[in-house]
Amino acid sequence: MKNDIRIFSPEMKMADLIEINYRLLAVFSRFGLHLGFGETTVARMCNENGIDPEAFILICNIYSYAGYMPTEDALKAADPLCVMKYLRNSHSSYMEDGFKTLEQLIDKAIAPCAPGRKKIITDFFEDYRKEVEKHFEYEETVFFPYVGAVVGGTVSENYSAATFEENHSNIEEKLDDLKNIVMKYLPQGCDPVSANDALYALFALSEDLEKHTDIENHVLVPMVNRLENKKEA
Amino acid sequence: MKVFLIMPSKIMARGIEGVFHDIGEFKVEGIVSDITSREETMLKNVSADAVIVDPVIFPLAARANGKHYIAEFTDAAVVAFPSIFLDEETERQYDAVIGLYDSPADVIHKLRNAVSTVKESPASDGNELSAREKDILICVAKGLINKEIADLFNISIHTVISHRRNITRKTGIKTVAGLTVYALLNNLIDASSVE
Repeated sequence: MKNDIRIFSPEMKMADLIEINYRLLAVFSRFGLHLGFGETTVARMCNENGIDPEAFILICNIYSYAGYMPTEDALKAADPLCVMKYLRNSHSSYMEDGFKTLEQLIDKAIAPCAPGRKKIITDFFEDYRKEVEKHFEYEETVFFPYVGAVVGGTVSENYSAATFEENHSNIEEKLDDLKNIVMKYLPQGCDPVSANDALYALFALSEDLEKHTDIENHVLVPMVNRLENKKEA
Repeated sequence: MKVFLIMPSKIMARGIEGVFHDIGEFKVEGIVSDITSREETMLKNVSADAVIVDPVIFPLAARANGKHYIAEFTDAAVVAFPSIFLDEETERQYDAVIGLYDSPADVIHKLRNAVSTVKESPASDGNELSAREKDILICVAKGLINKEIADLFNISIHTVISHRRNITRKTGIKTVAGLTVYALLNNLIDASSVE
């Protein structure tokens, strides 16, 4: 990221956003936007692809600026369904891409090690992957449908965004543990080049998941809170 | 028990000395009025059970971290005796806070508690796990809960928690599953002893 901190706006060119923070490429993909932007602005791109530009900018800002907290106005202007769609697509990109790549890199890194040692690490990874899958599944089968209902004007007696927040488990901790294991305690004889690649991938995935959680906790949950309060009033 | 005083006010220092003199359990080992590199070295070398500090010695911006600053040089309990107002959060960092209007009995009581609490927390030195930390890690990896570990080693749950905190600080690993992997990879346990 460059030093000039500019909060993004819909008038900016798509390519300029990438220039400022190339990791937004992953965000763009989850919105279904792929390279070849030409001189297109964010506003036009969103318009042409049926994406809410306010939600798009909000997510890009969270993704790029550490500690960025959206204003009340920004939260009011953005479409919760668009944010939710982004989160849902992120889930599949983690499961189908992020975790798969990581698994391959780790497997390659520990391929030369003794089978017993390998199993310790692959078992841990597999358990973790399953845990994350469950975590996502809960969001998609319980929380997201609830958000959809609240946006559609239905009030629920037995569930709320607060219940979600209470049960929102931490999936980053184990990934951090894995980072430390790969960084410090890989068994003798592992492939050093793949181990480096695995560590890069781990850092990237862990940063990405952190932003993902920020979007859930600082964008979607407050949006739903606001709608819930409006209904009660 | 030995106490080291860091306070610029001679009257406050004499007051503490007076209380100790009357009750006899504590003894002042040294008094300094500021903390510079010279006093830091003194602090490292004196084997005090408690350090009583007037946080006024810290510049305003550093005051919130005063306790940790002192704790870097000593394993003693660090007790504040403020001549100025301290906000609650800063106060909470100290092992105890003595007030200017506390009775001598209160002062002694607070010091005694602070010293025993700190003594019970195992000191964690260096970056490698100590033998005791390894023992505890093995139990954690085998799935024992804190209460069971405390009973096994005949130590308090508080001590077990301190050990676990030190293990996590040294290894960077927080979850039980992660600690189990650590224990397996470092041959502290073998696969058959995990569930």
